[in-house]
Amino acid sequence: MPRQRQTLPNFAAFFDLAKSKVLAVQEFTLLGLRAFRNVFGRPRYLADTLIQMDVIGVGSLPIIVLTGFFTGAVLALQTSKTLQTFGEVTLTGQVVALSLVRELGPVLTALMVAGRNASGMASEIGSMLVSEQIDAMRALGTDPSKKLVTPRLVATVSMLPLLTIISDFVGVTGGFMVSFFIIRMDPVQYWTTAYQSLHFEDVFQGMIKPFIFGYIVAMVGCYFGLTTRGGTQGVGRSTTQAVVAASVLILTTDFFITKLLLALLG
Amino acid sequence: MTEARPDQTVLEFEHVYLVLDDKPVLRDVSFRLVRAETKVILGASSSGKSVLLKTALGLFRPDSGRVAVFGRDITGLREEELYPIRQRIGMVFQEGALFDSMTVYGNVAYVFQEDRALPAEEEEERVRRALRFVGLEEAIEKLPSELSGGMRRRVAIARAFVGQPALMLYDSPTAGLDPLTAQSIITLIVKLGDLEDVSGLVVTHRLQDAGVIADYFYDPESEGLLPAHSNGRDYDTKTSVLVLREGQVVFDGARDEMFRARDAYIRRFIG
Ligand SMILES: Nc1ncnc2c1ncn2[C@@H]1O[C@H](COP(=O)(O)OP(=O)(O)O)[C@@H](O)[C@H]1O
Ligand SMILES: [Mg+2]
Repeated sequence: MPRQRQTLPNFAAFFDLAKSKVLAVQEFTLLGLRAFRNVFGRPRYLADTLIQMDVIGVGSLPIIVLTGFFTGAVLALQTSKTLQTFGEVTLTGQVVALSLVRELGPVLTALMVAGRNASGMASEIGSMLVSEQIDAMRALGTDPSKKLVTPRLVATVSMLPLLTIISDFVGVTGGFMVSFFIIRMDPVQYWTTAYQSLHFEDVFQGMIKPFIFGYIVAMVGCYFGLTTRGGTQGVGRSTTQAVVAASVLILTTDFFITKLLLALLG
Repeated sequence: MTEARPDQTVLEFEHVYLVLDDKPVLRDVSFRLVRAETKVILGASSSGKSVLLKTALGLFRPDSGRVAVFGRDITGLREEELYPIRQRIGMVFQEGALFDSMTVYGNVAYVFQEDRALPAEEEEERVRRALRFVGLEEAIEKLPSELSGGMRRRVAIARAFVGQPALMLYDSPTAGLDPLTAQSIITLIVKLGDLEDVSGLVVTHRLQDAGVIADYFYDPESEGLLPAHSNGRDYDTKTSVLVLREGQVVFDGARDEMFRARDAYIRRFIG
């Protein structure tokens, strides 16, 4: 029966693929746990952590400011247009502030940092791996998860919330520019509605997300770097995969966090 | 650590099997390396030479069999338990594997971290001495990207032995180098073995490297290599050769015996 002979190997291939995916998730989780545990252990690589904070925090600042500003600006343009049909243009500040603080600020900042730094981590660690620098590190008595992964994790998790605050603020300012210069709204009204609309749960929701997204960016970047296969070509592949995986994970996690927080906080 | 039993075993593999990505890479590998001995490992590419060296360091764990370093079974040790053992082994990776974000100084001083930290002047003295040994003291502030292939290998050698290991592992130290530079690297390996009495595993695909290591010794007076068996001299270079083929040991013994072997694969290296 030729038909059966065809299906069997396909099934086996599918099973192998599923097994390798499950193993990858397991490896990813273990790496994450180890990196987290290292935060409280010794040795601490403080200098490496500071360098990473500079790379991630200071390095991402220009694109965060740019994307934040224009997101807020375009948001003001679009919402004022929609609100106009209801005769509620005065609510522009509120809509811009709420959307930015709750959703767009954290997500867009995380996506930008994923594009810059998850890829950067994957390619840097990946090329260290294929040139045997990771092996050399272990041979010289250093644990790469402590020296390479944990500093990147600490740096991303601490920098992403700060970048998100900056992005939120710049975004609201962008919205203000549009509503003042283009829509010709009263400036005081924009800032008042923007400010008054923000409640504790909005800020809480918007500030919890970057911590989780920071974890995703760092762990995905390091994981794809450390699992690079196949020389220099493999480094390119890991880099792309890291950005894609981090972005998809950020957006899916965002949905579930939002759902959870809405259920908890109302 | 100076128990000077002449036949002291430094490294021992016993029936080591290792599978990577469902592929057997080492198959029933057994050999012994004694103090001050240099064993040259020959083998075609992908025969498992690099993996063998990394297994000796505990970077790979055998699926079965046993690896003992300095008389201690490392097969079941956890990574942290391996660190003190690795401190007594110096590994020179293929292409050097220098940390490219650090200067030559940073690379060579890398071992003096954490529990091995030294006072600053002593650290600098040790690093300079190691770099002088490989003839690269003037490159101390350079970055690896500013060095030639041969220089990178020499820095890697300095980095590997600055911690005064009792065992040196060299992964294809002459691969991709021009003959003159390759010769200078081999001279360095012989010099290190003879002056510091360290044992070594030298992976190479060049038979002439094995020849030099087996037939020459380092003469400190002339600062060069001299033939071990001429002018009535009979210097024991304590060299042996191991031939790997697809993860299996097909020859292990003195180099002269290898020339008498009939195996086609071994003859390929000789011919
Ligand atoms: N980290 C690894 N993962 C999977 N397979 C590996 C790994 N390292 C080496 N191999 C495989 O093991 C075999 C032996 O490799 P290696 O020891 O590097 O050969 P060589 O003798 O050229 O140094 C090769 O087939 C290689 O593909
Ligand atoms: Mg190799």
